[in-house]
Amino acid sequence: MSIPPNTLNLSWTQRRKLTGLLFVLPTVAFVTVFFIIPLLMTVYMSFHDWPLFGERAFTGLKNYSELGKDRQYLKSLDFTFRYTLLVTPPIFALGFILASLVRRNLRFIGIFRTIFFLPVVIGLGVSSLLWVWMLDDRIGIFNKILLDLNLVPKAQLFLGRPNTAMNVIILSVVWKTVGFTMILLLAGLQAIPDELYESAEVDGAGYFRKLFYITLPLMRRFIALALILSVIGSVLAFDQFYIMTRGGPRNSTISIVYWIFNNSFTYFKMGYGSAMSIVLLGILVALTGAQFYVLRERE
Amino acid sequence: MRSTAASAHRGLTQQQIRHWRRRALLALRYIILIVLALLFVFPIAWSFINSIKLPAEAMAVPPTYLPSQIALENYVELTTYGKIGVAQHVYNSAVVALITVAGSIVLSTLGGYGFARFNFPGKNFLFILVLSTLMIPFQSILIPLFVMIVQVDLHNTLFGLALVYITFQLPFGIFLMRNSFLAVPLEIEESALLDGCSSLSLLYRLMLRLVLPGVVTVAIYAFINSWNEFLAALIFMTDQDNFTLPVFLTTIRYGIWGEVDWGALQAGVIVSIIPSLGIFLLLQRYYMDGLMGGAVKN
Repeated sequence: MSIPPNTLNLSWTQRRKLTGLLFVLPTVAFVTVFFIIPLLMTVYMSFHDWPLFGERAFTGLKNYSELGKDRQYLKSLDFTFRYTLLVTPPIFALGFILASLVRRNLRFIGIFRTIFFLPVVIGLGVSSLLWVWMLDDRIGIFNKILLDLNLVPKAQLFLGRPNTAMNVIILSVVWKTVGFTMILLLAGLQAIPDELYESAEVDGAGYFRKLFYITLPLMRRFIALALILSVIGSVLAFDQFYIMTRGGPRNSTISIVYWIFNNSFTYFKMGYGSAMSIVLLGILVALTGAQFYVLRERE
Repeated sequence: MRSTAASAHRGLTQQQIRHWRRRALLALRYIILIVLALLFVFPIAWSFINSIKLPAEAMAVPPTYLPSQIALENYVELTTYGKIGVAQHVYNSAVVALITVAGSIVLSTLGGYGFARFNFPGKNFLFILVLSTLMIPFQSILIPLFVMIVQVDLHNTLFGLALVYITFQLPFGIFLMRNSFLAVPLEIEESALLDGCSSLSLLYRLMLRLVLPGVVTVAIYAFINSWNEFLAALIFMTDQDNFTLPVFLTTIRYGIWGEVDWGALQAGVIVSIIPSLGIFLLLQRYYMDGLMGGAVKN
């Protein structure tokens, strides 16, 4: 990586500059080839009719104008937003409860932290395979328990109806991801000095006053970060729907990424898929910006 | 506060009440924690229990709670499942994961060192360029990536998939390794440089040992993320022989090879969970360092 001293007539500073550049070159090359160029290509492709093989044709904004007429696309947008709105509150509520429960360094508390975090390191694809089996109407454990406890008259097709499908998928995703939110919120909780609570108690503040006047405001940055990561993950949801419902019943659980996937890699309408990707990217940038703005405003 | 009234007619001192109240609350906390922990472990434990039932029992309707007999048949069945059996798919996933780990370590270490210790024109711009890719989800650039990979005939190859995974790991890896190098005191390097040590051998002989925790963290994330990844693997691997483990397991769930074999599927789920869970449990400290360093500090 460093240049032999005599081959080039360079000063020590110049050599350091060149060496530094050479060190970062592989990374920059990777990022350029596999990130920057594809990003620019997505924009370029979105203005074209682009099948996998065969003629490509420039079509201007046609792909974008067709999005408005694509009923499944609009349905997918609606579904993805509803899913995001429904899955975020339970993740945060449970994440906050778990973080509060494991906050103090009590005996064995590390074991509990680890257990709540375990599902995070399992792949979402594999956890979806696990849950679709547990939710099965014939062989699944949930129906078995519900039937044995006489809570339901007959086996439920959880994934067979749009409403229950949404609910059980949310349940599985909360299990899979809540540990991550817990850890971020825990870091926030632990950054708050105990003295603040002690002096608030002296002033006679109850649990909720402390929560709203000390805990939540001081955790704002951690909440913002957890919220951004969680919302982005939900907007990009794919695995759970592909594996658990295959977009059904009656195409009711096709998320945006799923519809992009279908158009690009099943129908091979890659220009159209690119236009959808650009819109998705715009949505994510807007969401991230909005969340930063809302949660940082008062600082 | 609230307990003053109660203490009066029970004849206990304020202190005793507070003492017992605290113990009761602590017990309640542990009870809640234990119940929650059991609920969290249940899916994994249930999957494992079913994977060691006899295949016929694993397919029983309604399911049995506990296996009548412990058996490894589901795992044996998995070895001949589908076209080529599970071993090939474990191998595929492992090869992709190892290339990703090796590539991520080399590139992140070189790049992190370069960004931490050298000054060169355009350094800040390049650093921001690398980090800004964190904001672009890979899902939105999969189409051109696929087109490019097909163009150079790397689709359907484990190497091609690994190249894409390495790129996904780089922003995090560079950020983490740069911070690791910045934490090493400058004097250590200066004396070695004065001794005429070249930059690369300095990095390899001296610095690498000092930033080893960072390297371990990068390796763990590269492994777990590539081992678990589903969407890109689904798109780039069109030939069944090259399916990674999660994609292969999905074909079992969809009954591509005949009736859905739930016992074999759960055996497969366990096979796929063990490596990431094992690495996480063994190297938890490094994993959490990465989470905190990568996520919280910026």
